[in-house]
Amino acid sequence: MLAYIARRIVTLIPILFLISLVSFIIIQLPPGDWVTRQITQLRLSGIQVGEDEALRLTKLYGLDKPGGERYIMWMKGILLEGNFGWSFQWNQPVNSLLAERIPLTMGISIASLIISWIIAIPIGIYSATHQYSVLDYIFTFIGFIGLATPGFLVALVLAWFIFTTTGFSPLGLYSNQFLDAPMSLAKLGDMLKHLILPLLIIGLSSTGVTIRVMRANLLDELKKQYVITARAKGLRELGLLLKYPVRMAINPIISTIGWVLPALVSGEVLVSIVLGIQTTGPLLLRAVLEQDMYLAGSTVMILSTLTVIGTLLSDILLAALDPRIRYGGVSK
Amino acid sequence: MTNDNNVLIEVRNLQTYFYLYEGTVRAVDGVSYDIRKGKSLGVIGESGCGKSVTAQSTMRIVPSPPGKEVGGEIIMHLEKEPVDVLKLEANSNEMRAIRWKEISMIFQEPMTSFSPLFTIGNQIVEAIKLHLPGLTKKEMRERTIELLDKVGIPQPSRLIDVYPHQLSGGMRQRAMIAMALSCNPKLLIADEPTTALDVTIEAQILELIRGLQEEFGMALMYISHDLAVVSEMSDEIMVMYLGRVMEKASTDEIFNNPLHPYTRALWRSIPVIEGELKRLETIKGVLPNPYQVQKGCPFFSRCEQRMPGLCDEARPPLYQVTPTQTVSCFLYDKNAKAGPAAIASQSVATS
Repeated sequence: MLAYIARRIVTLIPILFLISLVSFIIIQLPPGDWVTRQITQLRLSGIQVGEDEALRLTKLYGLDKPGGERYIMWMKGILLEGNFGWSFQWNQPVNSLLAERIPLTMGISIASLIISWIIAIPIGIYSATHQYSVLDYIFTFIGFIGLATPGFLVALVLAWFIFTTTGFSPLGLYSNQFLDAPMSLAKLGDMLKHLILPLLIIGLSSTGVTIRVMRANLLDELKKQYVITARAKGLRELGLLLKYPVRMAINPIISTIGWVLPALVSGEVLVSIVLGIQTTGPLLLRAVLEQDMYLAGSTVMILSTLTVIGTLLSDILLAALDPRIRYGGVSK
Repeated sequence: MTNDNNVLIEVRNLQTYFYLYEGTVRAVDGVSYDIRKGKSLGVIGESGCGKSVTAQSTMRIVPSPPGKEVGGEIIMHLEKEPVDVLKLEANSNEMRAIRWKEISMIFQEPMTSFSPLFTIGNQIVEAIKLHLPGLTKKEMRERTIELLDKVGIPQPSRLIDVYPHQLSGGMRQRAMIAMALSCNPKLLIADEPTTALDVTIEAQILELIRGLQEEFGMALMYISHDLAVVSEMSDEIMVMYLGRVMEKASTDEIFNNPLHPYTRALWRSIPVIEGELKRLETIKGVLPNPYQVQKGCPFFSRCEQRMPGLCDEARPPLYQVTPTQTVSCFLYDKNAKAGPAAIASQSVATS
C-alpha cells in the first residue's frame, strides 16, 4: 500500500511540470498582452499614448522578454519563494488574491460534494433496490430536472424567493454589518447562513448525476452471484446490501472525486457571480478577459494541481477499498 | 405430508413465476419432489427448464421482483416440527435461520460467488458467526481453517486471508464448498458447480462433494445438464422440461429403462465411445416460447410419440409405473389402448 502511494507520488512530478507549462502556454496564446490591451482601451477612451510610453510599460511589466525566459522567471518565483507573480489588473500579488479565494472554493467544493453524496447515495440505493417503484420514478423525475436546470437560474429564483419571503438577502458571503467586522462567532454564523444556498445549488447540480450513476451501478451489482450467495447465507437484507453490492457500486463515484473540482470551478462561475461569492471562478474569468497573465496562469495551474491531487486521493481511496486494485491484479 | 421419518424436504406442486415486462414466465410450474436425509437427488434438464429456480425457491432466494413463488408447499422437516418454507416471508428471521444452517448452496460461477472486496476467511466466518453463535473469534477462525483444509486447500492457515481473485477457479469452488459446509447443513444444493471448471478439476470437485456428503451425512440436490455427472452423483434423478417434471426415478431405473420420450431422446444424444461411430442424434425442434402457457404437455411440439388431440389438450398427470419410477406422459395411461378419447374423458373426470 505504501509502495503504491509512493509510486503514485513520484509519477506526479512530470505531470505537475507539464501542467505548469501548459498553463503558461495557454495564457500566452491569445494575441496581445496586458499592456497592449490597456493602451488600446486608453486610446479608445480618447487618451493619447505614445509609442515610448507603450514600450516603457512593456519593459516595466517584463513583457518584452521572450516567453521561455518569462516562464523560467515565473517558475523560479514559485518554486524558490512561493511567489506566483503580480496581478496587473488588481495591482496586488497573485498570492494574496488566491489566498482568500482558493480555500473558499475548496471549502465550497468539498462541502457541496459531501452534501450531494449524502443526498444522492441513499436515493440511488433506494432507486436501485426499488426499481420501477413510484418513488423510483419520482426520484428519477426530480433527478432529471436537477440535471437539466442551469444552476444560476435556480440560484436567481431561490435568492429572490428567500429575499421576498423572509427578508434575508442570501447574496454575498456576509451581511453588510459584518463586512468589516473582525471574525467572531456571530460573523461565522452569518457566513454559514449565506453559504447554505450556494452549497445546496452547487451540490444539487451534481446530485442528479450521482443518483443516476449510483442507481445504474447498483442495479448491475445486485444481479451478481455474490449478492445471491450473501442472501443464501441468511444475512439481513440491509446488512448484506451495504456490505457487498453498495461497496462495489460506490467505486466509480469515488473515482470522480478528482474531477469534481474543475467541474465545480467552471460550473459555479455563474452561480458565484449571481450570488456574489468571491470564489476563483469569477476571478479567473476576469483575469482571462483582461489578459492578467500571471493571475490567470497561476489560477489554472493551482486548480489543475489540486485536481491531480484529488485524483491521487481518489485512487488511494479506491486502493484502500478494493483489494484487486491494491494488489495490482497479481495473484500468487 | 408423509410420516416417513427419513424425508427431509417435501416439495408439492411448486409454482414459481417471473413477472416480466414481456409477459409471465412460468419458470417452475407444478414441480413435486422429496429429498431424503442423506440421499441425493439429481436434477437434469436443458438451460431454462427451471432447475436453478426450483433450487432457489427451496431457499427462497429467487430474485423478487420479478420472481415469485405463487403456489405449492415446501415442507422442511426440521428437528422440532415441519415448516412450510413457502409460508415464511422471504426475509423473515425464521427463513434466514433456515438458510445456510439447514440448506446451503454452491453455485455455478466460482469466479463471482465470493465478493471480491473481502477475504475468503471473512466471508466464511460471517456465515459461522450468523448461524453458530457462541463461538469465540478464535474458534470461528480455527473452524474455517479446518474446513479449508477439509476441502483440499493447501496452506489453509495462510490462504484464509487471501482475496478471492488471488485463487484459481477450482480453488475458489473449493472455498465455496467449505463455506457451504461451515454450518453443517442438512441439505447441500449444488447448482452446476463444475460447469465453469475444466474437466480434470471437475472430477476432483465431484469426488470431493461426494466424499463430504458421506462424511457430513448431508442430503444433496445436484443440478446439472451433464447426464454423466448427474448419474455419478445421484441416488434418484428428476428430469425437467420447461418448468415441469417429466420423469422421476432411481438412477438405475432411469438409465436402464427411461420411460418418457424426452428422457429417451436425451439418452440418445449421449455420444457412445464403443462401437460404430454414428452421427449424434439431436432432439428436433426448439424450445417453445416460454411466455406462452402450454395447455398440454410442454414437450408436445418436439415429441415423436405425441398423440394429437390428447397431449396438446391436457396436462399429463404423473403416472406411478414402478414403486420408484413416475412419469408424466399419457403413453403410460392404463387406458392408452382405448385411444386418446378414453384417456381424455378419464383424465377430465379425475381432475
